[in-house]
Amino acid sequence: MSVELDVFVGNTTIMDKEVYQLWLNGYTVNDAVKVRIEGGVMEECEASAEVLLSDTMDQYRTFQMCERLLHHPAKLANQLLFQIPPDRQAMLIERYYAFDDSFVREVLGKKLSKGTKKDLDDVSLKTGITLKSCRRQFDNFKRVFKVVEELKGPLVENIRQHFLLPDQLARDYAAIVFFANNRFETGKKKLLYLTFQDFAFCAGQLINNWTVGAVDNMMEDMDVDLDKEFLQDLKDLKILITDKDLLDQHKSLVCTALRGKTNVFNEMEANFKNLSRGLVNIAAKLINAKDVRDFFIDLVEKFIEPCRSDKWTSIDVNLYLTHYTNSAHILDTFKYYAVWTRYMGVIKSCILRMYHD
Amino acid sequence: MPGKLKAKIVAGRHLPIMDRASDLTDAFVEVKFGNTTFKTDVYPKSLNPQWNSEWFKFEVDDEDLQDEPLQITVLDHDTYSANDAIGKVYIDIDPLLCSEAATVISGWLPIYDTIHGIRGEINVLVKVDLFNDLNRFRQSSCGVKFFCTTSIPRCYRAVMVHGFVEELVVNEDPEYQWIDRIRTPRASNEARQRLIFLMSGELQRKIGLKVLEMGGNAVVGYLQCFDLEGESGLVVRAIGTACTLEKISSTLPATATHPSNSSPSKDMKEPGFGEEAPGVPLSSGPPTPLRAQTFSSFSPSKSYSRQSSSSDTELSLTPKTGMGSGGSAGKEAGPLKALLRQQTQSALEQRRVSSSSEAFVRTGEYPFFPLTAFPPGFLLHVGGVVSARSVKLLDRIHNPALGNTRSYKLLDWNSFTADEPETRDAWWEEIRQEIKSHAKALGCQAVVGYSESTSICEEVCILSASGTAAILSSRFMQDGPLDTEHRLSRQPLCVFSTGSERVEGDMGSSASLGFEEVVSPGCGFCHIPYDELNIPFPAQLTYCYCCRRYKVPDVLFTTIDLPTEANVTGKGCLIQARLCRTKKKAQGEGNATVISNLLPFLEYELHTQLMNKLKLRGMNALFGLRIQISIGETMLLGLASATGVYLTALPSPGGIQIAGKTPSDITYEQHISNMQKKINDTIAKNKELYEINPPEVVEEIIGSPIPEPRQRSRLFRSQSESSDEVSELDLSHGKKDAFVLEIDDTDAVEDIHALLTDFPTPAGFYSCNTEIMPGIQNWTSAIQMFTSVRVFRLNASLTSQGLNKIFSDLCENLLKSLYFKLRSMVPCCLCHLNFTVAIPEDELIQVAVTAVAMSFDKEQLLENGKQSGEKTLIKAITENDEQLQFNLELNAETPSPNPLSSPKGLSEVGSHLSARALSVDYSSFADRCSSWIEQLKLKAHTIRRGSVKTTSSMEKASPLPEGRSRSLRSNRSYSGSSVAVVKMTPLSFIPGAKIIKYLGIINMFFIRETTSLREEGGVSGFLHTFIAEVFAMVRAHVAALGGNAVVSYSMKECVFMENPNKNQAQCLINVSGDAVIFVRESELESTSVQTQSATTHTSNGAEGT
Repeated sequence: MSVELDVFVGNTTIMDKEVYQLWLNGYTVNDAVKVRIEGGVMEECEASAEVLLSDTMDQYRTFQMCERLLHHPAKLANQLLFQIPPDRQAMLIERYYAFDDSFVREVLGKKLSKGTKKDLDDVSLKTGITLKSCRRQFDNFKRVFKVVEELKGPLVENIRQHFLLPDQLARDYAAIVFFANNRFETGKKKLLYLTFQDFAFCAGQLINNWTVGAVDNMMEDMDVDLDKEFLQDLKDLKILITDKDLLDQHKSLVCTALRGKTNVFNEMEANFKNLSRGLVNIAAKLINAKDVRDFFIDLVEKFIEPCRSDKWTSIDVNLYLTHYTNSAHILDTFKYYAVWTRYMGVIKSCILRMYHD
Repeated sequence: MPGKLKAKIVAGRHLPIMDRASDLTDAFVEVKFGNTTFKTDVYPKSLNPQWNSEWFKFEVDDEDLQDEPLQITVLDHDTYSANDAIGKVYIDIDPLLCSEAATVISGWLPIYDTIHGIRGEINVLVKVDLFNDLNRFRQSSCGVKFFCTTSIPRCYRAVMVHGFVEELVVNEDPEYQWIDRIRTPRASNEARQRLIFLMSGELQRKIGLKVLEMGGNAVVGYLQCFDLEGESGLVVRAIGTACTLEKISSTLPATATHPSNSSPSKDMKEPGFGEEAPGVPLSSGPPTPLRAQTFSSFSPSKSYSRQSSSSDTELSLTPKTGMGSGGSAGKEAGPLKALLRQQTQSALEQRRVSSSSEAFVRTGEYPFFPLTAFPPGFLLHVGGVVSARSVKLLDRIHNPALGNTRSYKLLDWNSFTADEPETRDAWWEEIRQEIKSHAKALGCQAVVGYSESTSICEEVCILSASGTAAILSSRFMQDGPLDTEHRLSRQPLCVFSTGSERVEGDMGSSASLGFEEVVSPGCGFCHIPYDELNIPFPAQLTYCYCCRRYKVPDVLFTTIDLPTEANVTGKGCLIQARLCRTKKKAQGEGNATVISNLLPFLEYELHTQLMNKLKLRGMNALFGLRIQISIGETMLLGLASATGVYLTALPSPGGIQIAGKTPSDITYEQHISNMQKKINDTIAKNKELYEINPPEVVEEIIGSPIPEPRQRSRLFRSQSESSDEVSELDLSHGKKDAFVLEIDDTDAVEDIHALLTDFPTPAGFYSCNTEIMPGIQNWTSAIQMFTSVRVFRLNASLTSQGLNKIFSDLCENLLKSLYFKLRSMVPCCLCHLNFTVAIPEDELIQVAVTAVAMSFDKEQLLENGKQSGEKTLIKAITENDEQLQFNLELNAETPSPNPLSSPKGLSEVGSHLSARALSVDYSSFADRCSSWIEQLKLKAHTIRRGSVKTTSSMEKASPLPEGRSRSLRSNRSYSGSSVAVVKMTPLSFIPGAKIIKYLGIINMFFIRETTSLREEGGVSGFLHTFIAEVFAMVRAHVAALGGNAVVSYSMKECVFMENPNKNQAQCLINVSGDAVIFVRESELESTSVQTQSATTHTSNGAEGT
């Protein structure tokens, strides 16, 4: 004897949040049932394993039917097949597009291509996230990427409108799209200590300050690409390290300001030229797409690591960068204030965010 | 040329990609009505085309308007090859033909394809200009209103109930035509869908004509069924009750049929809507006990079951088997389980004789009412369940008149069915005659809660009909309006309130029927209608436990809903008897004989099971009884569902006593005593669970109108003398409450086990198959309608015993799953649980359930507490609110010391309030409110609330009063989501809301087929999608009519066939219901929340004192 067919359809579609999460996590029906049994729902409702199995299968089926709609969240609101209250719809979408930080760290900055998708089983093994869930998350990234790639206007806003995501999630997706588009390297060993949220923060900074959209909302171009003109202008900053006088002057200004305010003053003084060269070189190279990819690794190698080995605290870093940025304005022969500010503003906040263990 | 149909195609959306190259579609639309077709332009390269077409106009007869659906086909234009069909939409334009229903169909409708399911949506506008046709000989019946609801629809009152109407039409099934071999499955499915649309249109028109002939203007309890007889054809048949309905309007004072009488009158734009027009002297009319009314119209959608009839060969008749305390003539001694085989056989004989002799009684004479709920006072007495079944052998249609031409006549059945419907009519005629004579045997002139159904397996067909024999107040049928004056307040304990006295007066008119009684409303219907000296079956009669004046049976089985005025102790519960019997495979006549021989046993056992389970729950009456017998090749399934309750008027059921027939050894005795103990424990537990604690009644009260004990015993004696069976029976039932179960073989042991293993409903859940659960009133507005289908495969050859267990487990597990699914709604009640069983093929059992889960408020206020609370509230208002002061004080401040009269006082208050509300334009009323100081505003709300509560607290007990000011328009704008929310419920009402308009009947038939079953998620995935699609289409059509709910919804047919080896499956679904507009009785406003809490507070206080 066997149950050949077993369906339950409500006029208002019934969806259990817990089962939805299990489904999203890529559990098989049987595993999901086990988890639910352990969760104690059976005792709560005087149910049997059989009932749980039937309910789980039914819910899984419902989710599968909904999945098509979730790929285009806007459709969920005006489709007729499922009657789902608006708050439920929002929950479905938000959870469907939610992702695991450990997963996103693995693919952040990679090309969202078939090749990457093929490697997902490795990612799955490494992170312990089921392959099914990895695929969903990957496909979400790719889908969002494809849609917003072509759109004009602010990136976050576009994502929010097209995928009806809550603000924070839309920002995270913007970061993912931005990273994928610019192919920032994030997987190097030296960068492994950084969390997705660190990168997302940096992406936010870059999007808000270094893209075309950041300067002019009316521009034809989009938020996903860095402002080419700005990158070009960054080359001018080289003068800060090539001009010996300027470099010395800069150093003395910064040192004067810092003296007595920090325990690592000596190290700062000793390292000033190195650090300054590092930062300015990064700026000057950004015009090359290849060097853009190494932006974060460069920041770590050229700035964060030296500071860390000298045991600077983040307060020290903050202090140093503040004065380093501001002092440039006082330099007589330096006239690229605007570019400098735009550049250093982002660098400073990125470094501060990235400066941890 | 009496009608002009106009259609406009606006736009499409979410269309499928039809051109792989461009990933787009070049869509255009064909609009077809009758033989006329219009086309829109092609809208190239878009999945969201904007056609914005001109108005396509069809000039047609109203006859066609009724029969034909408007057919909209969306196609993909292809320059080089044939255009591909994307899908179709059938629009039933019937609702537009009735002036009181919808005026326009406008909205997004799903485009449906029988192979691919829903493929996008299309936005259309449809209107009808109708010209009056006064021709007496007309063939159309436009304007007759149809309702699936099996009670008088709310917002109408019945002026006259004319009686039973029935009709059937027959055609060949396109699926079985020769042409089907060469056409695509899609073409064949579409031919079938269209044919059934046409047939139901025609059927409805014909019924409408009958109604007009009878002088009515509406059909209530319209039940239409399809019989898919396979090769022998397709039958569409319908029954209903013809009525003259009248929209409630202000011209009729005190016609408070409407639960809404107290609600803001602006809901309907009719001026002066509401029953108490100002100026009508309130004292002159009897009190309008609105609470009763609201309740009274709750009607269960009766059981919709499959119906079918057969063609020519009458093979064998299985005599009806009467069930219930009012078992039918001579057979199956109802309550006492006293069936003797000889008796059965004699009954069989008797029936044969009677049916043949009565076979020529004219049709149209049946006093049958598919209604299951009645205005109070309409139902005088209930005799018991009457049922009849007959087994027929279907034969191929060999209609010589048709010959070779029949394939061309597919859609033109008028010409060739002349013979067919008559044959089938004759079959039903026979059954109805039988039902009628059973009713007569019970001393009843009418049958209520009547339904007909069929079960077909290959060429054998069982036709069944059942109902409840009853005596109705003749004045309601002949003398005119169902005056709501006679509606009675529902009171926990019936006494002679004003209301009941009035009824008493009315009863005079029923004297002609030989009944002259003073009936108290709560027990009157229980009193036996038959002559106790000439009792048609053995029964134990006692004096009514309410009035002590009339005899009542010890158990009462009915197919109707619990009358609102009935006195019930405790709560009710769903009781099911399930049975599975194997049978030998056989062909043709042999098969039919085997089946008809098995039927009586099946029914007997079902009855025994029901009775045992009823006793086990300590209850004494069943309502909404529905017995379904399904035939398969190797088995018969029987499923009886009903809602058990404890009627206060009936004697307390005795326990179940087990008696071993062969007391052989001690272990056996011990076993029995163990079992006895278990049973006793279960009964005690159930009594507690269902709150059954009837007041201990002293047997004889001195000075009571009960005859002296001696006289009583004499009566009993004479009764026993009158019938041998009875005296025989007395042996087992001599002891007052002994209900003896004899264990003489393992079967009985199994039975008892089965009895005890019924899964108890989990905490917080109740279930019933009637509209509402007795004892629960305070529903919240949370409802969840659902359909669940299970198919079970039996793989081994099993004994009947084993099958029984499997079948029973299947139903139990299904219920368990439902409880689990709906656990978030606790406390809640599954109402109108409608089980349908089928044997789709050998070794498969299909069970489909449609029901609605309704949450209720846990803190049930005692009714008295509530009333006094309200009273206090009203008083408080009167004292504080000068602005709104009208004659309230008199009523409210003179609460009669007799608590029983308080409903009267209250309802008068309610009337005052509503009268008052009437005279004020609501919006200005609200404006004024807002200009008053906050306190006063609050008061105003309170008053509105108060009045509503008075009138409808039974119906809606939503704890959250929502504001009453929501306008119809705002209601239809559905904030929050871009798709209108459409509620669906199998009940005739929506808790916490008021139905303000009926938009017409929804009757849809869909076929879905797949040749890629695995890819669609297997059978479950396929059916899941299909059911969801059906729901979606129903909702969309209701929304297009302007409605926001479907009431009395039912899935009448769900035929599922699969062939997993071929990766194919097919499913047919037929659904129906009434599209309505409802408005929330309460719209949440902060002020009213405060008020509400105040109310609750006061009532609690009152309760406490």
